[in-house]
Order: sequence, then structure tokens, then C-alpha cells
Amino acid sequence: MAEVKLYGFWPSLFSHRIIWALKLKGVEYEYIEEDLSNKSESLLKYNPVYKKIPVLVHGDKPIAESLIILEYIEETWPENPLLPKDPYERAMARFWIQYGANTGAFSSFYRGSGEELEKAATELLESLKILEQQGLGDKKFFGGESINLVDISYGALGYWFAALEEAKGVKVLEPRTLPRLHAWAKNFVELPVVKENIPAYDKMLAYATDSMKMLARN
Amino acid sequence: MDNDQVTLLGFWASPVAMRVRIALAEKGVRFEYKEQSMRNKSALLLEMNPVHKKIPVLIHNGKPICESLVIVQYIDEMWNQSPLLPSDPYERARSMFWADFVDQKIYDMKRKMMWTARGEEQEAAKKDFIDCLKLLEVELGAKPYFGGETLGYVDVALVPFYCWFHAYETIANFSIEAKCPKLIGWCKRCMQKESVSKSLAGPHKMYNYEEDTSAFRASTMLLV
Repeated sequence: MAEVKLYGFWPSLFSHRIIWALKLKGVEYEYIEEDLSNKSESLLKYNPVYKKIPVLVHGDKPIAESLIILEYIEETWPENPLLPKDPYERAMARFWIQYGANTGAFSSFYRGSGEELEKAATELLESLKILEQQGLGDKKFFGGESINLVDISYGALGYWFAALEEAKGVKVLEPRTLPRLHAWAKNFVELPVVKENIPAYDKMLAYATDSMKMLARN
Repeated sequence: MDNDQVTLLGFWASPVAMRVRIALAEKGVRFEYKEQSMRNKSALLLEMNPVHKKIPVLIHNGKPICESLVIVQYIDEMWNQSPLLPSDPYERARSMFWADFVDQKIYDMKRKMMWTARGEEQEAAKKDFIDCLKLLEVELGAKPYFGGETLGYVDVALVPFYCWFHAYETIANFSIEAKCPKLIGWCKRCMQKESVSKSLAGPHKMYNYEEDTSAFRASTMLLV
């Protein structure tokens, strides 16, 4: 079996997605921590277009962009499937994954302060309401009784985003406004494969707080 | 498959809608095309894409699929003839990477190059655009198409933007062919295929559309 390597960054939600998928598939891999202020030759070689993590290297073949890596993992290791078999259901899963990727309000929320932050929070709440009502519905997970790639793609909401909300002093994902999505997020983070493979909350909060300080300076 | 009801909700000037038309044509799938108005959205569009209220939407036997690349993947999975994505997982990932690159980099270029102020910002956008096309040229390599000997997923994702090139060149005052002759060569090769030539709008029509709607867009931020 060809070697699998994952180039990641410990607080990166994109990195975490790949770890969960590899663990769920029982794939052995070598994890390489990147210092983003001093990117390795290997990272620049394997992802010359974006120079970002995560990058999965299988044999000597690199795959970049977390959502694409997830699809690659799904196809290469078909046991414990993380996408529906039915083409229409797969298309719906991919639609909801794209929905999150295209929600500009996440980025505006991250970067914003004052009035801009309030506006982003409102927009984000609206987007998450649609996700909750039409994407999640009454299901426990997006994948039904167990998680799939859609759950993985939104997984950051339960811990990374919670730390960001705390660092910014603005809450969006609350039981009052998004009851089912909030419950989903709590259930997701409690899963052993997630809980055992994310940084401790206080570390996430410290990182989020530092990031916000840096943003404010720039 | 003969009893399939396939309908495409599109807009004539939309490159992402053209992607779906090309994919369906490559597979020889018969479909009904319903032109949508962007300013006056139909009840059908709102019903079929309540989340984004945007085209393209493919309706297959009453069930809607939205997001152009999600639709193209769906078409590739439902109709096996003339496959657009390779069967090898690594090559598939590579195709998906470059199609996503088109979405991340090329799709937004129009707004940056044409709707921003002239001068430095526009020059930077033009340079960025050419740099992206050059990266695509490297990926194309010596192959006739990104898909190899036949049209593939990346070809379908990228070629619709060719009909916007004349508008970009005229409004932003530069020549894409002069900087990226290999890419233009690929565009022209694709245009020799009926699935492409019948799906793309004429470049002059696109330029006129750009001019006609620029004032309206400036006021409403309508994005096509």
C-alpha cells in the first residue's frame, strides 16, 4: 500500500476535516505539521498553485483543496461510505457541501468588526437557518443516523466556530435561534473520531483570540 | 432512459449554464431548455432552486439539481457515454481541482476586470487573469483537451468563458491571444465541436449585453 501523508496545521479546520475522514476509513497516514510562516519545500512543491494546507500525498501524488481531498478519500477507500450511493442523493450532498463553501458570510464574520460584524452575523444566521431547515431537516446528522461528508464539511461549527464566536463576543449558532443545527453541532463534536482529533477548546479559543488581535492590527 | 424528462433552466449569457448544455450535448441527452429572466424570476425557478434562486437548474424527472459543477458531475454519473471525469481517483481529483480553480479564479475575474475602476486596480486584475490562464496552459500541456483526446470535465468548466473574452479584451483593452496563444488555440479547437459551438453565445452578443446591462448592474449588483 502506498504511503499516505497529510500536510496540515494544528488549528486549521480544513486540516481537521481530512483527519476525521482518514480515521473513519481506517487509513494509516503520516501527519506533517506545517509552519505557515515558514512553509516547507515539500508543501510548495506539492501545492504550487495555492501554497496552502491541507495537502494529501498518496504515493507521490499530491491532492490539494480539502473538499477535493475528501472526495478522493471517499473514492480511494470505499469502506464505510461517506456519500450516498444514489446519484441524486449524492448531488444533494454535494449541493449542501458547496452551500457552506460559498457562504461568504463566514468570511465576513471572521474579518468583520463593529457594524460590519453585526451585518455579517445577521447574514450568517439567515444562511444557517436555510441549512438547518432544508439541509438538515429532522435528521440527526446530514448523513442520517451516521455522519457523512456533509457533516464533516460543517464540522467546524461545533468547536472552531464556537471559539471564534467567543473571541469576537458575538453568538450566531444558539439553541434559541438554530435549535436543530446547534444540537447537531453538539452531537458532532461528541463523536469519538472528532473529539479525539481536535485541539482542546481552550487552545482553539487562544488561537482565535490571537488571530483576531492580528486582524485588528492589520 | 428514453422516458427521461430532462429540463434545463438557464440564461443565455451565463457561462455556468453553458457548462450544463455542453455536458448534455456531449452525452447526446435530449432536453428541454427554458430561458429564464434574471430580473423577473419565474415561479418554476423559485420552486426548483428556493435556496439560491439562480440558474442553472437541471430538472430530471421532476427532481431539481443546482450548482453547475454539481449538475455536471450528476450528468456524468447518470449517463455513462462520453465520460467527462476520468475513472482513476487521482485523475478525477486533478480534474476537480482545475475546475474548482476556474470557479475560484476565473469566474470572479469579470467583476474585477470590468466593473472596477480603471487604472491600477484594473491592471492588477488583468495581470492576475493572464497569470491564471497561463497556469491552465501548463495544465493543458501538449494534450488537445484538458480531458486528453476528448472533452473532459475541465474543458466543460472553462470553455464557456471563451465567449466573454472579446468583451473582456474590448472593455479592459488587452489581447488575451497575444499573451496566451496556446489557450486560445484550445478554445478554437473546442469550438469545432458542435456540443460547444451550439452552447456558447456569440462574443459580440456578449459584448453588447455587457454594455447594455452595465448601468443596471451597477445599481443592483446583479451578477451573471
